[in-house]
Amino acid sequence: MSKYTEDDLREELKTKEYEYGFYTDIDSETFPVGLNEDIVKAISKKKEEPEWMTEWRLEAFKVWKEMTEPEWANVHYEKPDFQAISYYSAPNSKPKYDSIDEVDPELLATFEKLGISLDEQKKLAGVAMDVVVDSVSVATTFKKTLAEKGIIFMSISEAIKEYPELVKKYIGTVVPQKDNFYAALNSAVFSDGSFCYIPKGVRCPMELSTYFRINQAGTGQFERTLVIADQGSYVSYLEGCTAPSRDENQLHAAVVELIALDDAEIKYSTVQNWYPGNAEGKGGVYNFVTKRGLCEKNAKISWTQVETGSAVTWKYPSCVLKGDNSIGEFYSIAVTNNYQQADTGTKMIHLGKNTKSTIISKGISAGKSQNSYRGLVKINSGADNARNFSQCDSLLMGNECGAHTFPYIEAKNKSAQIEHEATTSKIGEDQIFYCNQRGIDTEKAIALIVNGFSKEVLNKLPMEFAVEAQKLLEISLEGSVG
Amino acid sequence: MELKEKLVSSFMAFEDTVDVDLPVHDIRLDAIKAFEAEGFPNKKQEAWKYTSLNSILKNDFSVFPKETGALDYKDVKQYFIHDIDSYKIIFVDGKYSSHLSATTHDGIDVCLMSAALNKPKYKLVIDNYFNKIATKDGFSSLNTAFSAEGAYIHIPKNKVVEKPIQIIHFSTGNEAAIMLQPRNLIVVDENSHVQIIERHQSLTDNPTLTNSVTEIFANKRAIVDYYKIQNNRQSASLIDSTFVNQKQESLAKVHTFSFGGKLTRNNLNFYQNGERIDSTMKGITIIGDKQHVDHNTLVHHIEPNCESHQDYKGIFDANSTGVFNGKVVVEKEAQKTNAFQANNNILISDKATINTKPQLEIFADDVKCSHGCTIGQLDESAMFYLRSRGIPEKEARGLLMYAFSNNVLDSVKIPEIKNRITKLIAQKLGVNIGFDL
Repeated sequence: MSKYTEDDLREELKTKEYEYGFYTDIDSETFPVGLNEDIVKAISKKKEEPEWMTEWRLEAFKVWKEMTEPEWANVHYEKPDFQAISYYSAPNSKPKYDSIDEVDPELLATFEKLGISLDEQKKLAGVAMDVVVDSVSVATTFKKTLAEKGIIFMSISEAIKEYPELVKKYIGTVVPQKDNFYAALNSAVFSDGSFCYIPKGVRCPMELSTYFRINQAGTGQFERTLVIADQGSYVSYLEGCTAPSRDENQLHAAVVELIALDDAEIKYSTVQNWYPGNAEGKGGVYNFVTKRGLCEKNAKISWTQVETGSAVTWKYPSCVLKGDNSIGEFYSIAVTNNYQQADTGTKMIHLGKNTKSTIISKGISAGKSQNSYRGLVKINSGADNARNFSQCDSLLMGNECGAHTFPYIEAKNKSAQIEHEATTSKIGEDQIFYCNQRGIDTEKAIALIVNGFSKEVLNKLPMEFAVEAQKLLEISLEGSVG
Repeated sequence: MELKEKLVSSFMAFEDTVDVDLPVHDIRLDAIKAFEAEGFPNKKQEAWKYTSLNSILKNDFSVFPKETGALDYKDVKQYFIHDIDSYKIIFVDGKYSSHLSATTHDGIDVCLMSAALNKPKYKLVIDNYFNKIATKDGFSSLNTAFSAEGAYIHIPKNKVVEKPIQIIHFSTGNEAAIMLQPRNLIVVDENSHVQIIERHQSLTDNPTLTNSVTEIFANKRAIVDYYKIQNNRQSASLIDSTFVNQKQESLAKVHTFSFGGKLTRNNLNFYQNGERIDSTMKGITIIGDKQHVDHNTLVHHIEPNCESHQDYKGIFDANSTGVFNGKVVVEKEAQKTNAFQANNNILISDKATINTKPQLEIFADDVKCSHGCTIGQLDESAMFYLRSRGIPEKEARGLLMYAFSNNVLDSVKIPEIKNRITKLIAQKLGVNIGFDL
């Protein structure tokens, strides 16, 4: 190979296509487009939900109608027409399967293409999975193994039926219906999602995992995840997403609520690879997600995310550190290419004493993309000895992309210690030269540097996921990684 | 009547006092229209998120101060940097005070904005520079509309101004509440050097609001050194907007020392229109009581090979609030930019608040940009070290806080200012540092 330069890399980045852009032909049932009270009621009825849930949804819908879309984010896009979206689309092969063998073979083939063959996962990785296609949960593996420990892991619509008191107690406590525009929309129309409850003192023996996929055209995916870790328990939860290539923009507005009671620990990892649109910036998923966790005494919540997909990302996984000695962590890699736009970051709200938070955010922008970090660290006056460390690094490739940082820091307590650091740089010619000198060609050298740049975050991912995350970095920045 | 309406309606009265045939009057007319549309900023605006003006704007400020008696130099000597020879442009309640001032036309122009706006010989400079870089936000437009008086400094090519220039605005409080709107224009031509010290001082406990706008033009290879000393009374509020336009290879430094005042807002905007420019912004903020200091900085890197340095230190006691909002924009043509920003804060009281937002917006890839921001306390082990050597707690704290803010003083070029600031810091921290620096 002749000399490989950054220009070549840029060229490759431009021409690299989305690998997961296939569309699976599965019979599915889709609601007519548009949103009104009847649709909300119909979704609720379809899911055979109890009265209180229908009421809860309608309440959210009422609030949503009054709200306007937020404008403050550093992203520009055509506002989705909320009346042109179908709010419910389900694969038709009902009823639910008890074992994996009963799953529609074509659906299984889809998963194999995704590289997440349920079979394989079951045998090798020991990961319990809930797969959500077009917002309906189609398979939950390992349910029985988990049940022995008393762990509840199922789709949220099942949970509403089977454990209504748990869902009723916690849903909307961390992300209230009226929290923001997209959270309100989600509360009104969410079609499915995952529910997880870890009883007192139980350490979940395996990684729990959900896979989301938007399949049908013109649908929005609105899933809702609720994870409750009871006192002294531990759970590691993984979430992955893909969507087929389509010219129109698809909408994804999810809500994730985590509740870590006293001494509990939740680790939540996301690999997000929604379709980012083509090289001209056409199509792609709008990813407007509200994720928030609540930490009681001595609890810990750790968010790890690898964001490589979506045309527009608007996502701020946050921690409310309510209990004393609680810990919040946020590790993020956001890669944008072509015309992608990402506005992502976190909020750490310190309320309890001796609370700690760590924020590590790595942004890599290439092509004509815009990558923003937006974060808030807030120390309330009662949060004695609160500690925060934030670091946001950006790597720029080419002079047509942009990197932005908007850190907000508000301190009201004199014993608070806050550090914030941000740097922006490009891959240095001297770094490449150093590698070349030692016989490493430029492509490998760039891979090495990007890997090193994001190592701090990749290290935080569970083993099984780290591999996949690496793969996704490959897709987004092929030529620079691997 | 709301202050905004009052100001808009006073504009007609203001027109009677100035020559409306001058071209600058068209600028004023546009500006009052802009102000009428824009109004005063509120907390819903991102740039004013942490600073509320409500308690200030409810005062019934008088816009046209009455004629005042002359001030005696001995009464106000303490507000001057009096131990050095300097040019002085002094205003009392917005009116020029000739007996306190020392202006010049000898090779350089250190004189009055009113003269510059009215006399034909300054027309070229006014046409080229006046209101060329001030933004169109509410406060700046308001100032432009009422712009009549202030300092006018023009340093022609290849001049090193030997003496620093002091600009001081006094308000005497012979009115219940007064609003002042000084407008300064500073043009420094090629290869010239100038040092300027600016101060706003209230001599009364009646509320005052100063809405000051300063435009600074640093042309090729010019060096501008600007010091702002803000140690005002609890009754005084200041909205200070400074705009600096730099040409290639110029060097501009602005030091802001904020030690007092009810509300102080410093808008500091640097525009780098040329290559190899160096911009420096430094500040020390030490406040207590219910004081509020808001530093809002912008550095706009437009061309390649430029640098900017920002270093702001803050110590906040009692019910005080500190805000820092630093923005660095690097355009895609501005390759090889080095931009650094640091903001370090110490909270001494549980009722004090710090809101800081160091912001980077970068469109070029070959740049080195970093920002750092900390909020913390004094180092326990350093305290222990000093205490174990017999230094009382109060003095030890004072020493450590002095050390904390010291590297901002390093770049102060005038020793007398350094001295004065050191004394002010000691006084603020309530200690006698006991050594000359």
